[in-house]
Amino acid sequence: MHFDELIGHLGQHTVDGLSKGAIYALIALGYTLVYGVLRLINFAHSEVFMVGTFAVLILWNQLGVENNPPVGQAILFLVLGLLVAAAASGGTALALERIAYRPLRRKNAPPLIFLITAIGLSLVFVELFGQVLPKLLGGVLPEAFGRPRQIVGMPTIIQQETLFTIGNTAITNIQLIVFVAAVAMMALLDWFINRTRYGRGVRAVAQNPETAALMGVNQERVIMLIFVLGGIMAGAAALLWSMRFGFTQNSIGFVLGLKAFTAAVLGGIGNLRGALLGGLFLGIVEVYGATLFASNWEDVIAFVVLIVVLMFRPTGLLGESLGRARA
Amino acid sequence: MIDKIRSADRRRVSMLTTVGDRWRALTKWQQALGLAAFVAILYYLPLLGIPGLTWLRTDSIEGGNNWAGVLFVCAIYVLVAIGLNVVVGLAGLLDLGYIGFFAIGAYSVALFGSVNSPVVKWIQQEFNLPPTWAVTWAICLFIAIVLTMISGVLLGWPTLRLRGDYLAIVTLGFGEIIRIVARNATGLTNGPVGISAIPGPEGAPAADNKYFGLIDAKPWYWLAITFVLIMVFLVRRLERSRVGRAWLAVREDEDAAAVMGVYPFKFKLWAFAIGAALGGLSGFLFGSRNAFIDPTQFNANLSILFVAMVVVGGSGNMIGVSLGAVLLAYLPERFRDFADYRWLVFGLAMVLVMILRPQGLIPSRRRARELKDRAAEAEEAPAHV
Repeated sequence: MHFDELIGHLGQHTVDGLSKGAIYALIALGYTLVYGVLRLINFAHSEVFMVGTFAVLILWNQLGVENNPPVGQAILFLVLGLLVAAAASGGTALALERIAYRPLRRKNAPPLIFLITAIGLSLVFVELFGQVLPKLLGGVLPEAFGRPRQIVGMPTIIQQETLFTIGNTAITNIQLIVFVAAVAMMALLDWFINRTRYGRGVRAVAQNPETAALMGVNQERVIMLIFVLGGIMAGAAALLWSMRFGFTQNSIGFVLGLKAFTAAVLGGIGNLRGALLGGLFLGIVEVYGATLFASNWEDVIAFVVLIVVLMFRPTGLLGESLGRARA
Repeated sequence: MIDKIRSADRRRVSMLTTVGDRWRALTKWQQALGLAAFVAILYYLPLLGIPGLTWLRTDSIEGGNNWAGVLFVCAIYVLVAIGLNVVVGLAGLLDLGYIGFFAIGAYSVALFGSVNSPVVKWIQQEFNLPPTWAVTWAICLFIAIVLTMISGVLLGWPTLRLRGDYLAIVTLGFGEIIRIVARNATGLTNGPVGISAIPGPEGAPAADNKYFGLIDAKPWYWLAITFVLIMVFLVRRLERSRVGRAWLAVREDEDAAAVMGVYPFKFKLWAFAIGAALGGLSGFLFGSRNAFIDPTQFNANLSILFVAMVVVGGSGNMIGVSLGAVLLAYLPERFRDFADYRWLVFGLAMVLVMILRPQGLIPSRRRARELKDRAAEAEEAPAHV
């Protein structure tokens, strides 16, 4: 137990936790949106994120991005990365919906069948990017698929620098970008769901599908929309991840997805603002926990938090509702 | 194409039902005779030599045949499938952390039975025992079952009140926690180094072991299949008892079951404990046969493989899940050249089975009817809802 270390650098650990939690929160939005409308845990959402990171990787390699490009170029690469990752992730999420979940919905299958399908899909995607694509595209895209199942590095777009220090807390430029970008994306989504016509449709279906259908909301379109929105958020998370950590792997989705799901449950699954709160909270708890014990216990801490939350407050910190969230 | 598959599948199912009906129509002694013959065949299997079917390449011996070894793996997977079937198929609880119980079973024989384990070393020191002392295999078996049952109850107690899909994710976390603890708690489990010299029925692996050595897998298979047969018998009895009916009632409709005087939580906890014990027994056999375990052998993918065995085979039906287990253990060994793709194939199989045939290859009759009912309800309901 390293209490002194934790207390002495409490500010630093909090900042680290926030920037880590921001990425969890972005991924958590995908779980929350789908759960809010369909009451379905889209287990394959973690793979939607993974596809996004590979899209960024391939894009940057194709553009021939070098380490530490000048600022103007760096911004261009990041914006392009965001677009490509969002397109890839959103497309993947939509494909999952159309190919796998829709036939099951038609049959009114029990929830466990959805979950098992989602697990199978997740496995398929992990293997696709770990085995099949390297075999097929290893020659064409050696930077991305040259070494099957291995960690692949990406160029550093932004060199990590300390922007300013408050007390003994140093805030780096990357942490700031990750946090601000994630919160901005979430604010945008919140606005979209709560203020636009499409968002009203989503909330209506979440509240009561039958009545929404009677009021002329096209349910299938709403379902497609939420999958795409969740995918876009996962794509944004993928870009921020690539910028911050600079690597990807076919299996990164698993643990990250579990943590994002934990974040969604923590905040109250189905609740958009809850996902933000849950993500940030989980990030901070994890960094504190890793400091207190040792960093190799990090994952255990996240799961223990999940179990404890589900035991004492199964509806999460803010309660679960997409429909009732500021209707 | 899909229509063709569907019609072929329908023919296959009607054939299966005919076989089932004929079997039930036989008299008691005919059934007993048939079962005896089947059991005899099971014990004879490892001696069978059919080129193409039973010649399986192995890397441990030059030009060797691993048929008996693969049969052993099939047998312990069948044990896992029967245990998981109690949890998933009968009680309707999706457990994605089954590997955790498997690991606890394997680690209990390793920690208490091997002279290289920190636990045994500590006991030796505390009680001034000779350095060759370790807990006997048979007692380890007992420890494994007790420990896994306790861990099943410990996991189930806080989590079984949760909704089904939450339960799945929490159990997935549990499986990972067990693996990470095994990796990090080096003082207890040797961490990533692993534990060697895990005993079998004849004690630690040594060259002068008469039956249970490292090379010949046949005695191991006979041991495992004996356990399987005993467990199949016991679980079948349980399934057809009051407890079994309570499980089905809870699976179909928890509230209705509660109204009828079945306390769901109690029976769910029982299902978890019994399922856990079977997983632990399987892990115990795995640990003794392997003689060496480390945390990497228990990753989360295996949990998913276990669930795949149950759902592909036909959850709720013991014959179905056993077939699923045998297929998923045997096929990757048989088609080793494609072994790289085995997880891909498992994933695809899970998705396809769920979409085309959610009740599994050999379904339980009750479950098939339930799914049909739900589909019919969906048809009756107004479109697009």
